[in-house]
Amino acid sequence: MEHNIYIYILVMALITYLIRALPLTLIHREINNQFFRSFLFYIPYVTLAAMVFPAILFSTGNVISATVGFVIAIILSYREKSLTTVAIAACIGVYITSLFIH
Amino acid sequence: MSTLFYLNFFYLCKSILIYFTILFFHYILNKNIKGVCFMDISKIDLWKQGFKDGIPICLGYFAVSVTFGLQCGIGGLSIFQATLLSFTNLTSAGQFGGLELIIAQASYAEMAFTQLILNLRYLLMSTSLSQKLDSQASIVQRMIVSHGITDEIFGVSMLTKGKLSPYYSYGVMSCAIPGWVFGTFVGIAIGNVLPLNILNALSMAIYGMFLAVIIPPAKKNKVILLVVVLSMILSGLFEILPILNQISSGFKIIIVTLIIASLAAYFFPVKEDDYGA
Repeated sequence: MEHNIYIYILVMALITYLIRALPLTLIHREINNQFFRSFLFYIPYVTLAAMVFPAILFSTGNVISATVGFVIAIILSYREKSLTTVAIAACIGVYITSLFIH
Repeated sequence: MSTLFYLNFFYLCKSILIYFTILFFHYILNKNIKGVCFMDISKIDLWKQGFKDGIPICLGYFAVSVTFGLQCGIGGLSIFQATLLSFTNLTSAGQFGGLELIIAQASYAEMAFTQLILNLRYLLMSTSLSQKLDSQASIVQRMIVSHGITDEIFGVSMLTKGKLSPYYSYGVMSCAIPGWVFGTFVGIAIGNVLPLNILNALSMAIYGMFLAVIIPPAKKNKVILLVVVLSMILSGLFEILPILNQISSGFKIIIVTLIIASLAAYFFPVKEDDYGA
């Protein structure tokens, strides 16, 4: 039997939305358990750090230009520049480096 | 470009328009009926701040979703199907994984299970967000904010000062989501004419933003610094060690998160007043 693409899309959207919406809509009270609160506190740092490295090195199709972007982003975010500034400066760094490599 | 192209473009614009209309009316209704007060800063300012923080997410999404759109085209999806997929799913790993299954004509159950595994990390994020979101947020507000739980939007939302206002989330969403949807559209319609090195450079935006989100707190708090460095090392090991490098990236994030966040919570429990700071 030929599967319908719209049913695929519906299944994907439904499952993904339920995963996202259930905790946020059901948990209204504050969680008091200190371990669990601390666990939740650390989640964004762990998740974002794990997503950045090592994926950042392969994101631009060239390790050298990616490293340049990586270093620029670290320096500027260490100086507490805004999200947009850091992101755009890193992109420009990658672009300029790619002009020299290819 | 055919008539079909314009028809699909029309549908895309229509869905984006409907989306903004809903957000707009939701904003007006809440303003008049509930009058939730966010102290010194108005809702429109929160929305603007969110929109501004959403710009790098938008750029990064655009670059990634152009690739997704291209792949959809190769896989035989129509422009409308691809943009609908991006608008309703809003998740990179889940969509790339799902697209492979669509092309392979896998069963619906298999699709459901794969989406569950690839996107399970959102369950952790949503739980985390439930503690951060302003407790006065209504059920409808929670349902809208839920759709915007992606790695990137979650990241900027969690690290705002104090409680999270739904209006800030709406701001980020109304900037980032069009980037993702429009990128998919561009990818499937004209993706092959965009220069590769520009797309490559744009994919750096998301990572630059992530670093801008996690480094300033890590500079001030040694425990966060340790957590960040250990997470990167563990995540790096998943890339190079045999067996571990077979694990999908979505699942890797879950494993690293469970291990490092539990250890940190066990050895460095957070004092009440640190939370959400």
